[in-house]
Amino acid sequence: MSLKDKIIITGITDEGLVRDHNEDSIASNADWGLLVLADGMGGHKGGEVASAIAVDSIIQDLSKTLPLITPGNTDEKTGYSLESMSIEKAIKDANLKIYTAAQNNSNYEGMGTTVVVLLFYDNRITIAHVGDSRLYRMRDRILEQMTRDHTLLQELVDRGFYTRKEARESLNKNLVTRAVGVNPLVDVDLLEDIALVGDNYLLCSDGLTDMITDDLIEDIQLNYHDNLNKMNKELIKQAKEHGGKDNVSVMLAQVIKEFPANSGWFSKIVDIFSN
Amino acid sequence: MATIRISLNGEVENEHQLDKETMTIGRKSDNDIHLDNLAVSSHHAKITTILNDSFIEDLNSTNGTYLNGSLIKKNTLFNGDVIKVGKHEIKYINKETNSDNDFEKTMIINTDSAGLQETEGSKEIDQSVGKIFAEITSSDSGKTSQQKAKIRLVSGANSGKELHLTKVLTTLGKPGVQVAAITRRPTGYFLIHVDGGDNSERPKVNDEQIGSKAHPLKNNDVLEVAGVKMTFFFE
Repeated sequence: MSLKDKIIITGITDEGLVRDHNEDSIASNADWGLLVLADGMGGHKGGEVASAIAVDSIIQDLSKTLPLITPGNTDEKTGYSLESMSIEKAIKDANLKIYTAAQNNSNYEGMGTTVVVLLFYDNRITIAHVGDSRLYRMRDRILEQMTRDHTLLQELVDRGFYTRKEARESLNKNLVTRAVGVNPLVDVDLLEDIALVGDNYLLCSDGLTDMITDDLIEDIQLNYHDNLNKMNKELIKQAKEHGGKDNVSVMLAQVIKEFPANSGWFSKIVDIFSN
Repeated sequence: MATIRISLNGEVENEHQLDKETMTIGRKSDNDIHLDNLAVSSHHAKITTILNDSFIEDLNSTNGTYLNGSLIKKNTLFNGDVIKVGKHEIKYINKETNSDNDFEKTMIINTDSAGLQETEGSKEIDQSVGKIFAEITSSDSGKTSQQKAKIRLVSGANSGKELHLTKVLTTLGKPGVQVAAITRRPTGYFLIHVDGGDNSERPKVNDEQIGSKAHPLKNNDVLEVAGVKMTFFFE
């Protein structure tokens, strides 16, 4: 079943105004409702290599594993859906590929990448991420950051040293504590949620969130709610007008129709006291 | 490097460079900054410095730690801030500002000591930040995602029935009436409003309707979905 007519997807990646090359990579597949965004770093040309390997490898991997999954199944050990488990494995495989490439080529030494993956299936979503690329959801006109950055800064915010506002002004903002491809193993944060018609999902590299505030992101999404392409262009434009110091990538997905794996999904998914 | 200038009654006593990750302030002589005054607790406060940023934290002192006149527990320090400990004033001086040049590329802190890679110029940062990072991540938070939880129905026909939240996403309620879901995230468990049926009522936590954002759940919270009450527990 294709999700093409149920979820609209857009994506733009831009060099920005200062950098002479783009280390971000993005890819999506509208039929599967899959979006992948990666922000590479380190090494000479390593950053763009790492993010490109990550995106290609994850899409390739999932093109093999997702079609084999029967919707509605859960991995008994972890409680995650089989779709989530496939995404986690795809990221771990990409991690090993990047790590191996870095070990075998001194130009790529120390390279790594963030990654954020969003998959729609059976009226649900799985979000997987490593690093400081983010996913936001706009629902009922309220913006919510769904991912928690893997940065030193976020750790300090969590422990009460900074407020979010102070964090924006900190000097230590660009220290990532987890990345894909740096070590042979990587921990992936997974999150499952219900998708609702009207939801708007935004994936971005820190080239967006370092330049503009969540309030401005929210305003732009409200102003361009009926035109996803324009919304995407405006977000990139604003990031550049506010400095454009880094590569900036934004992907958007809007749910326009329900997408149950089988019809009558509510009767199927309610786990308790539906009778 | 940032420095602090200590003064008492307007007279500068001395100046210290913040060259250690943690510097303690107190009356006892084992402190890095030793202030011999009865208004100062034996271990009064500490300043943690990570690269260019410093943080002040009160160590449950008797008379408290004040930052620019306000009583504080933990705070970030900015150039020119004045900390007051007892009668002593401590001025924080950090001339490094967040100029455009500081808008450096994102760096990866390699926290895996086994596979520590040296990248240009980042070795020292890796080590010092890695150490602090290990320290802060080893403390309490961030582990709730591993904790098991369950809900127990406390009203309705199935009262007393328990459901172990083995799945990451568990849906609750009655289709067409009200449906909600509990999701386990890396930061804990959350209740999500899914569908209100024909009415606009939302699920409640401790008698308050939840909003559109995911609502974090605490031990013993009472949830109400589709008119059925249930208690949320960690196991």
